[in-house]
Amino acid sequence: MQYDQNVLTRTERRIFALRTLYSRAGYRSYRMRKFEDYDLYSRNKDFLLSDRVITFTDTNGKLKALKPDVTLSIVKNIEDTPDALNRLFYDENVYRVSGRTGTFREIMQMGLECIGDAGNAVAAEVIDLAEQSLALVAEDYDYILRVSDVDMLTLLVDGMSDSGQVRSRLLSLVSAKNLHGIESLCAENDIPEEKCRTLTDLLKVYGTPPEVMPEIEEICRGTEAEAEIEELADVLRGLYPEGGAKADRKIVLDFSIVGDTNYYNGMAFEGYIDGVPECVLVGGRYDKLMRRMKKKSRAIGFAIYMDTLGMLGRNAGDRAIENFYDR
Amino acid sequence: MGTIINVALPKGRLGEKVYKMFEAAGYGCEDIFNGRKLVFENKDAGVRYFWVKPSDVPIYVERGAADVGACGRDILLEYEPNVYELKDLGTGICRMVVAAPKGFKDDGEYPLRVATKFVNIAQDYYSSKGRDIDIIKLNGSIEIAPILGLSDVIVDLVETGNTLRANDLEVYEEIMDISTRLITNKSGYNFKSAAINRLLERI
Repeated sequence: MQYDQNVLTRTERRIFALRTLYSRAGYRSYRMRKFEDYDLYSRNKDFLLSDRVITFTDTNGKLKALKPDVTLSIVKNIEDTPDALNRLFYDENVYRVSGRTGTFREIMQMGLECIGDAGNAVAAEVIDLAEQSLALVAEDYDYILRVSDVDMLTLLVDGMSDSGQVRSRLLSLVSAKNLHGIESLCAENDIPEEKCRTLTDLLKVYGTPPEVMPEIEEICRGTEAEAEIEELADVLRGLYPEGGAKADRKIVLDFSIVGDTNYYNGMAFEGYIDGVPECVLVGGRYDKLMRRMKKKSRAIGFAIYMDTLGMLGRNAGDRAIENFYDR
Repeated sequence: MGTIINVALPKGRLGEKVYKMFEAAGYGCEDIFNGRKLVFENKDAGVRYFWVKPSDVPIYVERGAADVGACGRDILLEYEPNVYELKDLGTGICRMVVAAPKGFKDDGEYPLRVATKFVNIAQDYYSSKGRDIDIIKLNGSIEIAPILGLSDVIVDLVETGNTLRANDLEVYEEIMDISTRLITNKSGYNFKSAAINRLLERI
C-alpha cells in the first residue's frame, strides 16, 4: 500500500523528517516503555525545566511519575560504555508545567543523545545535526543556532566572587545580556574592573565562529577562561574544516547561554527560528550529570520542542502588521 | 524592504520621553501622536512603534509581537520576563522603597503586613532579610493602606516623595533604584541583531 504523506499533521511530518535524518546518520530509536520512580526526578530537580512532576502510586505501593524529561531516563537505563558510543534519538510525550499556562501539559519532544566516548568530534557531529534539524523544521523561515561554552563562562564567573549568591546573580545577568547590571553588581562587590570587563567584552561578542574566534581568544588571553578555549576551538575545527567548506553554516557564538553548572559543562547551544519568539531547540554537553549518576561515559545531546514549533507562521510581529494601514 | 524594528512604547509621560530619545537618534515617526492610530511606522528609518500599557510591554516583547520595548526595572523584576535587557535608558528614574507612617518601628514580633503592587519584589526583599511578612496585593492607591490600618508598611515607587508626605508617610527603607530599560526578544535579536545594535549605539 502506498502511503499518502498528506494524511500526516505538520508535527507528524516534522517528526518523520527528523527520524529519517537521525536514522540515516546512524542513530537508533530509543523508546521508554515504563514509568520511572519519582525519586529519579526528585534527586535531579534542577536538571528539569520545571521541578513539578505528576506522580501516582503504582499497584505495588511505589511512587511513580509521568516523565517530565527523557534524558534522565536514558542516562539511568543505558549501559555505561565509556569506550564505545551510543547514538540514540527519541520522540516521546513529556509531562511538565508549561511556562505559558502555568499548568501541566502533555508536550511532544524529540531529541538526540550521544553517550559513551563522546569527545569533541562527537560534539561537532551533534551540533551539525542540531543545525540540520533546524533547517528541516524551519520550512522557509530563517533560523540560527547559538553556540557557547559554559565552562569558559563558569571559570570566569567563579574567578569573580567567592559568594554563591553573587555568582548566581552574575549568571542571571549574563543570560539577560545585562551589561549595565553586571557592571553595577561588580562595583557593589569590589570585583576588579578587568575581570568585569572580560565578562562584559565576552558577552558583547556575537557572530559566526570564523569571524569572532580571534576576538574571543584575545579577550580570554591570560584569564581563567583561557584553559577552555582549546576545547571550543577543537569543536569548531570539526564544524569548519580547513578550506572553507561549510563556511555558510547558520551558527553564531554567543556567551549568554547559561545552564545549571551542576549538570552541564562545555558546549551549549540553542536553536531559534525567525517568527517563533522562543527557543525551539536546546542542547549541550552534560558530563557532570553522568558523574552525578555514577557513570563514567561522557554525553552530549539536544531536544526539540515540537509544541513551541507550533507557533511557526502563527506569530505576531512583522508578518502580522506589515502594510496594516495599506489594506 | 530593509529590516524594521517593532518597538513597544509604554503609554504616558515615560513613553513619550523614550520616544523623544528614539527621535533624537534618527528614529522619528511623523504622526506618532495621532490619537486614532495604534501602529506608527517610518519605513525609511526602519522602525515601527505601538503604544501599550506599561506593564504589558514585557509581554509584547517576550512573545515576539515587539522586537524591542522600553519598561521600568520594577516591571522586569516583578514579572521576570525571559528577555534581554540591553540598555539602561537613564530615564524614568525613581526608587523602590518601604514607606511607613512617621515614627513607625518594626519590632519583629508579628509578621509585617506589607501592602504593595509589587508582590515579587517585596517578597524577595523581605526574604533576603529573613523577615516574615503578610503580603497584601493592591492595584492602586497603596498609600491609603497604612492610614486605614490595612497594612503596617507599603512597598512602592517614589519619585519626589510628595505623595508620601501629603499622607503623613515617610521612607522607612530603600530597596533599589529604578530606571527605564531597553529590552529585546531573545529570538528576534538573532534575526535583527545588526539593526538592533545600530539602534543601541545611536540612543
